[in-house]
Amino acid sequence: MARIGVFVCHCGTNISGVVDVSRVAKYAESLPGVKVAVDYKFMCSDPGQNTIIDAIKTHNLDRIVVSACSPRMHELTFRNTLERAGLNPYMVEMANIREHVSWVHSDNKELATEKAMKLMEMSVSKVRRSEVLTKMFAPIEKRALVIGGGIAGIQAALDIAAAGYKVVLVEKESSIGGRMAQLDKTFPTLDCSACILTPKMVAVSQDKNITLLTYAEVTEVSGFIGQFEVKIKKKAKSVNSKCIGCGVCVTKCPNKKSLSDFDGRLGPRKAIYTLFPQAVPNVPVIDRETCTFFLTGKCKICEKVCPTSAVDYTQQDELITEKFGAVVVATGFDIYDHSSYGEYGYGEIKDVISSLQFERLISSSGPTEGHVVRPSDQKEVKNVVFIQCVGSRDESKKRPYCSRVCCMYTAKQAMLLKDHYPETQSYVFYIDIRAAGKNYEEFVQRAQNDYGVVYLRGRVSKIYERGNKLLVKGADTLSGAQVEIEADLVVLANGLEPRKGAKEFSQLFHMSSDQYGFYNELHPKLAPVETAISGVFVAGCCQSPKDIPDTVAMASATAAKVCAIFAKEKMEVEPLIAGVNQLTCSGCETCYNVCPYSAIEMKDKEVKRGEVRHVAEVLESVCKGCGVCVGACYSKAVDLKGFSERQILSQVETATMPITNS
Amino acid sequence: MLKVAYFPGCSLSSTAKEYDISTRLVCEDLEIDLVEIPDWICCGATTAHITSELTAAALPAKSLVWAEKQGLNITSPCSACFSRLKMAHLHIEKDPKLKKEVEEVIGEKYNGKTEVMHLTRILIEQYGIENIKAKIKKELKGLKIACYYGCLMTRPAEVCVNDRVENPMLMDNLVKALGAEPVKWYYKTECCGAGFSLTKTEIARKLSGDILKEAKDCGADLVMVACPLCHSNLDARQPEIAKLIKTELNIPVLYFTQVLGLALGYNSMDLMLNKHFINPKPLLKAKGIL
Repeated sequence: MARIGVFVCHCGTNISGVVDVSRVAKYAESLPGVKVAVDYKFMCSDPGQNTIIDAIKTHNLDRIVVSACSPRMHELTFRNTLERAGLNPYMVEMANIREHVSWVHSDNKELATEKAMKLMEMSVSKVRRSEVLTKMFAPIEKRALVIGGGIAGIQAALDIAAAGYKVVLVEKESSIGGRMAQLDKTFPTLDCSACILTPKMVAVSQDKNITLLTYAEVTEVSGFIGQFEVKIKKKAKSVNSKCIGCGVCVTKCPNKKSLSDFDGRLGPRKAIYTLFPQAVPNVPVIDRETCTFFLTGKCKICEKVCPTSAVDYTQQDELITEKFGAVVVATGFDIYDHSSYGEYGYGEIKDVISSLQFERLISSSGPTEGHVVRPSDQKEVKNVVFIQCVGSRDESKKRPYCSRVCCMYTAKQAMLLKDHYPETQSYVFYIDIRAAGKNYEEFVQRAQNDYGVVYLRGRVSKIYERGNKLLVKGADTLSGAQVEIEADLVVLANGLEPRKGAKEFSQLFHMSSDQYGFYNELHPKLAPVETAISGVFVAGCCQSPKDIPDTVAMASATAAKVCAIFAKEKMEVEPLIAGVNQLTCSGCETCYNVCPYSAIEMKDKEVKRGEVRHVAEVLESVCKGCGVCVGACYSKAVDLKGFSERQILSQVETATMPITNS
Repeated sequence: MLKVAYFPGCSLSSTAKEYDISTRLVCEDLEIDLVEIPDWICCGATTAHITSELTAAALPAKSLVWAEKQGLNITSPCSACFSRLKMAHLHIEKDPKLKKEVEEVIGEKYNGKTEVMHLTRILIEQYGIENIKAKIKKELKGLKIACYYGCLMTRPAEVCVNDRVENPMLMDNLVKALGAEPVKWYYKTECCGAGFSLTKTEIARKLSGDILKEAKDCGADLVMVACPLCHSNLDARQPEIAKLIKTELNIPVLYFTQVLGLALGYNSMDLMLNKHFINPKPLLKAKGIL
């Protein structure tokens, strides 16, 4: 027979101001199995906890109920109390008579007291059926996988490596650097993007703890926190490790047919190429889809000119499988494709360009070596119109969100243009200016006051090609006038959206994404870098649009989370998880399909001697104990420890019975 | 054989008679069976839809239900009629209360099975450019045409003739198929000012003037339209507009069915080319088409 103690808390007057706590305690004493019931001013305080420990010893209790606040508040406190008293920490139940009773029923003290009595009684009947649970431990593979070699991935990898742990950084392009490498200068300080990025890229390549896999993609993921098993496809670079990065092959390659995606398709790209001059690793790759040799079997010029015989046409894609304890997903963003904007010319007017194309135009390492010229005729520009919120804050394009960086980068681009070409005049069409950030508002003010950028609050209704000019028609809603500007170039502030294929990629990890495809964090405020999948973290714009400082901060946060996992010898796992009775499991896979955490595996297992069946098994370190599988199981083969069906049903039964002996 | 219910509307019975004549002629030539709705009534343009939602929906519903009973889709060459028919259908589908009221008023069930298609879609998309090409008797070589779509067949987007709202190409593609050259211009969907044609004529003159001037500047020999309201603004008002902006315009405005008719070998009288204020014959003669 269980020996139960009930401890009713006053919480100062928080509870006792409404609930007759002594009546609750007295009622508890009348319940079967309850050996002692007391009330006290603050159960969570040291003297309160000592009261519990003393009662356990005096009355030889083996389990307790604390009628107090929400278990979210103090369940851990009382579990520790039990441990100190020499009991199993899971032999405590909390009856929440504060949030669920006194705070919400102050208008009727009598009924409030009865509800408190009932809740306490339900907890008593639950704890009577509690079983001893033991904490579990799982091994940890102390290597991190970082996916995406942009600034987020770079920062996360560097921080994890700095703590002494091994990191594999996977990047699908031939160099790390990501979007930041495409930018010319960065707001609000106008420092050169490459100048602050390249030292970090070099640090990655030199860090002994970091293995860099470029031109590689994650193709398959299994396992769970501490024990992820990941398949990575290393695409054939056609250039081996003998390469010294001299670049002769690129110079001599006669094939200029492709356009450089890195340069916003404004300039050519050879068939053998590095993304940009400061590429890390500085090893070119051959694009086999455009390379003359791979298409026709003739050419081989790169092989001939290579001084170290590093060109290797026979290389094959390689599939490797590695184990990781934790994963940082930092897959970045694409810019919104403005070809859906008919009023801006369906992306068919050459001199209407994207913001990223402008970055490449004004970058000294870009296709025009920093000369801002019109893509149509290579002529210099005088009047430039910037249009904000293209694919942002636009319901009609199903992009109602703000992309957060466009106001700032537009101001930056207009300022840079004026710096390079003092004769130019810039106009910015905007909805609102969103410059929330340190020194951001001042930056936009500078663009207007010191750089003479004309800000027009309103939208552009149409862009016409008229001769070699662009006629931009729009509204200035502040003056109420219609505006017509004859421009040489129009730069659109394309919003940020998830990478193409982001949804498919999220399926590898069973991560959830929002309606736009951005990956969901576990909690929008209190767990912003965690995901619903333990051990998988998100950093940067794959989670939502953000600027570089926020991205870097988020990346460092993921590193801290990863290090916190790796710092433990073994992983402690709460035992409040599901368990499958494989003798009664029918192998229907319903639980496997409904589990939101991928915590159930289907296995062919010998459940009885000589009887191998297809059954479900809970991955103990992955299960979060949500109980969805319990409800879904047709054969009642799954149960949740700490919330067993017996316990829950007995609570329900108690709830439906009248209060006796009061 | 393509068979479709035909809703000519009031303009095509009066000011735009030539649009009606050329439409029937071209359809007969292409063996498209236009079944005129026997007792078609006003589509409700302007007066009904700005005063009563119910009237605006019920008037077109009457014709729609007739077409539905015959199992036919419905077409109108007039953009205003097309817009009203389609809008009424969309409103009734979206609003069960309105649907009930409409059914009460017209005394019939409305099932919404018939599709409303502008005549451009029937001819160019459904009949098909390749099929038209096969019937061409005279290529319209050397003719530069500015295709003007106006607002009613392009806005709002859900009513739009299955084409790109801001830069429609349906008629441009037809022009190309007929051997003429569609000019690249950006005023295809600008407003001609028809809504103000009678009340604030100066606005209509200004807007139509912008369109005509742009067409001329872009090198067009003639403007091709698919709406009687656009036509009357661009054609009938052209002399006064030219005087107002002190520019010689003299740019003929033809219905797309007339242009198509020319390519099918019909002459000026067949297509009632004499009904326009700006006489197109000198141009067409100069290009060797007439």
